[in-house]
Amino acid sequence: MVSSSGTSVAVPSPRPSTAERAAEGPAVRLNEVRKVYGDVVAVDRLSLEVVAGEFFTMLGPSGSGKTTTLRVIAGFELPDSGTVELHGSDVTRSPPYERPVNTVFQDYALFPHMNVLDNVAYGLRVKGIGKRERRQRASEALEMVRLPGVEGRRPIQLSGGQRQRVALARAIVNRPRVLLLDEPLGALDLKLRQAMQLELKSIQRELSERITFVYVTHDQDAALTMSDRIAVFSDGRLEQVGTPGEIYESPVNEFVAGFVGTSNLIQRDGRCYTVRPEKIRLLGEAEADSADAAGIVREVAYLGSVTRYVVELESGETLVVVRQNLDMSASSAMQQRGRRVRLAWREEDESELDINKQEERNP
Amino acid sequence: MAFAAWAVLIMLFLFFPIVIIMLYAFNPSNVQSWPLSGLSTRWFSSTWHNTEVRQALWLSVRAGLLATAIAMILGTMAAFAVDRFRFFGREAVSLVLVLPIALPGIITGMALNSFISFNSLTFSLLTIVIGHATFCIVTVYNNVLARLRRTQSSLMEASMDLGADGWQTFRFVTLPMIATALVAGGLLAFALSFDEIVVTTFTAGAQNTLPIWVFAHIRNGQQLPQVNVVVLFVILVSLIPVALAQRLTRDTGMLRSGARTPAAGAAPAIGAGSAP
Repeated sequence: MVSSSGTSVAVPSPRPSTAERAAEGPAVRLNEVRKVYGDVVAVDRLSLEVVAGEFFTMLGPSGSGKTTTLRVIAGFELPDSGTVELHGSDVTRSPPYERPVNTVFQDYALFPHMNVLDNVAYGLRVKGIGKRERRQRASEALEMVRLPGVEGRRPIQLSGGQRQRVALARAIVNRPRVLLLDEPLGALDLKLRQAMQLELKSIQRELSERITFVYVTHDQDAALTMSDRIAVFSDGRLEQVGTPGEIYESPVNEFVAGFVGTSNLIQRDGRCYTVRPEKIRLLGEAEADSADAAGIVREVAYLGSVTRYVVELESGETLVVVRQNLDMSASSAMQQRGRRVRLAWREEDESELDINKQEERNP
Repeated sequence: MAFAAWAVLIMLFLFFPIVIIMLYAFNPSNVQSWPLSGLSTRWFSSTWHNTEVRQALWLSVRAGLLATAIAMILGTMAAFAVDRFRFFGREAVSLVLVLPIALPGIITGMALNSFISFNSLTFSLLTIVIGHATFCIVTVYNNVLARLRRTQSSLMEASMDLGADGWQTFRFVTLPMIATALVAGGLLAFALSFDEIVVTTFTAGAQNTLPIWVFAHIRNGQQLPQVNVVVLFVILVSLIPVALAQRLTRDTGMLRSGARTPAAGAAPAIGAGSAP
């Protein structure tokens, strides 16, 4: 285990070498985990590995099994079969309080009868750490989440964003090896959520030597913004695991393509491709150099910085094109409706989808 | 309007006799007649010095406290089991716990009496306590269960997640969350026990609790002035816990120990901060 005792001051905790990490195994390893509630298969023989120090996001719609997977890692749910390993040791049967993980809950789950300091210091208190060190470390954690000076307040006296920070501080003060976050930003409004995403990412960077982040969300923007790697969930299974770039640019199937961003499906020669809307160039009818398709603009949505065009192709398919309003005014954008246009995109922006897999899933 | 008038009449019908009985305690004469010839507290001291009354009071207090203690422990445990776990017969547990209140006391009393006699047990404080505990458990059970259902289950999970084992979680999180409900249930249980007469009649043997002493002396018509004083006392001792219990379970019901007034600028959320 990485030493991080409170007594050493100047010496930074040594970063474990790659070899050491490899010997220890991944931060989280799920092996064929299955969890059934009554007739519902919440998680179906799921295997995945989370590398130590990374920001790993489990992304999927509600009911896709991502939260159940998180609860299995935390120890709140016992899998029906399969194993859970944390840094190489099997914790499948360990209760939550014996696992080196901490959770930030969706509803924060702050103790209403304790003030902020007692909330944050709770984990240290139950481990029998002395009062002075508890106060010290709790204050440090609150500074870490940029929320100093509220130690004496009750959770009910805090705003949603502040509660979220307290919940985060309460988890990281224990220096867990793995931090689990269950849609922690879901209850915040859009502006605050976007700001917190960036902050959470920077906190994770500061802590990545010690703490691995596993984040659960249905919000694709959050996933793309913060993650080192994303696992896309659907119906209790993993559809794809990869970096945000891989997930976005090379989705393996229609589900991933549709869930992360807007996708355009193109059938050609019995194969299925997808092209992202911002990768398509919209050309006038005359400027035909090497256009891939021709069609008519059916809908125009002016979104401020960009405009979204819905183009009906001659082949009958519909493609969405997003274009930056570089030298396009709102009124001229709106005039595009009904015009005949040509569409062009680069071949490397096409991504072939696995049709067979899709058909097997949706009979 | 008509409805309000009826409501007032019914309330008068229910509570006016109680007020009259309470006034009789201050009757200077030893003959009960209306109107009272004056107001006096002369019977209070004579009642206080009556050893029979003292023994009965002491027995009632001990029985009430013990029955309440048992009810608080068993009622809380039952509430936890029903709230936390799904098990065979879970619905039946609720029914069985509520039944002693619904059943006529005379049936509970007879059943306990025959059980005690059949096993050749001696009637004692213990038999009274067992009798009372049967119907006291439900008040604690109901109060605690209602509170548990309103408590976020994620709080207990958060506690375990932060390294607290089951006992620590109970001590630091669960118990503070249910404390007022538990105390309210206990107060109601004590109030129920303190004025109970039917079940007690069958489980007390030759001992007198305060209500039994009152009952006996109303029947033989002796010492009526002292009976009136005791009745006033029993009414107060039953009423005060009920009123306290209602206060405790009002609002959020959370204990406010150590809660300071909210700092300036921090707006307390709805439902909080309304209690004194």
